[in-house]
Amino acid sequence: MKTKETVIEVNNLVKKFGHFVANDNLTFHVNRGEILGFLGANGAGKTTAIRILTGLSKPTSGKVIVAGIDVNKNPEKVKRRIGYMSQRFSLYDDMTVRENFRFYGGVYGLTRKQIRERMRFYLKKLAMESYENMLLQNIPLGWKQKLAFSVANVHNPDIIFLDEPTGGVDPITRRQFWEMIYEVSDAGTTVFVTTHYMDEAEYCERVCIMSEGKIEAMDTPKALKEKYGAKNMNEVFIKIARNVE
Amino acid sequence: MRTVLYILQKEFIQIFRDKSILPIIFLIPFIQLVVLSYTATFEIKNVRFILVDHDHSSESRKLADKFSGSAFFTEVGKTDSYRQAIQAIQKDKADQIIIIEPDFEKNLVNEKRAKIQVVTNAINGSAASLMNAYALSLISDFNKEIMVKQFPMHFKEMPIKLNSSFWYNPELNYVTYMVPGILVLLVTIIGMFLSSMNIVKEKEKGTNEQLNVTPIRKLEFIAGKLIPFWIIAMIDLLIGLLLARFWFGIMIIGNPFLLLFVAGIYLVLVLGLGLFISTLTNTMQQAMFISWFFLVIFILMSGLFTPIESMPMWAQKLDAINPLAYFIKINRMIMLKGSGFVDIQKDFLILTAYAVGMIIFSTMRYRKTT
Repeated sequence: MKTKETVIEVNNLVKKFGHFVANDNLTFHVNRGEILGFLGANGAGKTTAIRILTGLSKPTSGKVIVAGIDVNKNPEKVKRRIGYMSQRFSLYDDMTVRENFRFYGGVYGLTRKQIRERMRFYLKKLAMESYENMLLQNIPLGWKQKLAFSVANVHNPDIIFLDEPTGGVDPITRRQFWEMIYEVSDAGTTVFVTTHYMDEAEYCERVCIMSEGKIEAMDTPKALKEKYGAKNMNEVFIKIARNVE
Repeated sequence: MRTVLYILQKEFIQIFRDKSILPIIFLIPFIQLVVLSYTATFEIKNVRFILVDHDHSSESRKLADKFSGSAFFTEVGKTDSYRQAIQAIQKDKADQIIIIEPDFEKNLVNEKRAKIQVVTNAINGSAASLMNAYALSLISDFNKEIMVKQFPMHFKEMPIKLNSSFWYNPELNYVTYMVPGILVLLVTIIGMFLSSMNIVKEKEKGTNEQLNVTPIRKLEFIAGKLIPFWIIAMIDLLIGLLLARFWFGIMIIGNPFLLLFVAGIYLVLVLGLGLFISTLTNTMQQAMFISWFFLVIFILMSGLFTPIESMPMWAQKLDAINPLAYFIKINRMIMLKGSGFVDIQKDFLILTAYAVGMIIFSTMRYRKTT
């Protein structure tokens, strides 16, 4: 399912908050089914970019096309085609797993039968069938993150945006999380993921390293390592960060 | 439309799962209704008076009996010393002193005139004028009896006979007057607080981000947030009306369905206002303070505790934007006076336009994109 078809196209994207430039002239594209890692220190502008791509925030200037639709002109139309999982855990803690699935499935216009099937599918995959009627507040964080990912996928979006999905999650759960990312990517969903963890950067097909609102480098992990003569992505990241300083 | 149903389902699940909000919705209003309705009264029932009788005659005793025989007066002491009586007022043991001059009876018979002095504690001005009025009416009663006795020819029949009757609330019963107003007040407080806290709660928890990336339409969202609280507030109102009927014995003279219909429109307005506040604020604390600010002003200017007619002109004009003032007025008209739609038409139309405006406002203010 991976093709050269472009599903995200960003041209000269600029976002300013007053005098502060959060995104400084970003231009890049992402192909269907690709896993793109967005890397950068805190405050590099990753979350700002992801919020603009999902239509949560308006760019100051520039053009953003997601799933063939201009986000700035038609944000609501884009929303049917994308999934989003934010930094903060954002399912409803006071509702059960099933109620969360039902609400989001319903909002995306799925039938009751579809919602049930999608939920069963994910719970089975996560081996969490017995948690169906448990309140989310009683479920450990790492598991909740996997559920949040599943809910963000409930409507089979073309593109899924993950904003630091594995923050505060243990290594084993992180590993499982990435298996889920590979699965949806294999099925043709484009994955746009931001992270702090450099080992995770190795899992991405392409990475984009941001610093102070600008894209410093964008290529496959292998090419980046060769270019900077580094053993791993961690070294690449540190070298780029030094150059900037 | 289906989306709205899913939002409703979610909201109801969350409301009924919250163990602290349920008593707020279904218990506290009725405790308040019962307590407030008995305590928020301007009636003065027990005027404690001291009699300073310098005359000790049969006429002065007759006058004293008139006071102690009245349901509004309680005699708390008799003394010959004015100073002692004043001290009793100082110590808040008495509210009023009735002083009868020496030779009261003699002067009545010989001079055809005699003097009585009434001293009233006026720390609470409106209470004092009421006490004064009570005392004067007893004294003028007494006066009339004497005149009839002394000049039987002239006063067989009084030239003008005064017959007063009080309409819509014949017994001048404060509970009857207060209950409909307090009922409106409580439903307003519940509705405004619940709705103003709601959207901002999602903002605080971060769940609104997830909602904003879904294709929910703004109007669907506002409707989904408004309808649950509307239903709850209507149920509260219904229970309150039943309490008014069976606990306080207040009959709804007008059409109860008209009342519920107007209440339904009014609640859309109140909840719309709450949601509007919720879209403006970022924390529940801000939302709480802003709604409290508006509620206090709305309540104090609503005409519930003080008549709107005695407010200064600018305040009366300001009440044109006070939803509570409209509904308390309409509510009393329907419940106590039996007014029909034609009577409340103008206020009703204003309320409706106001409600529609508020919904448009909060829908526009709700931003999915920042």
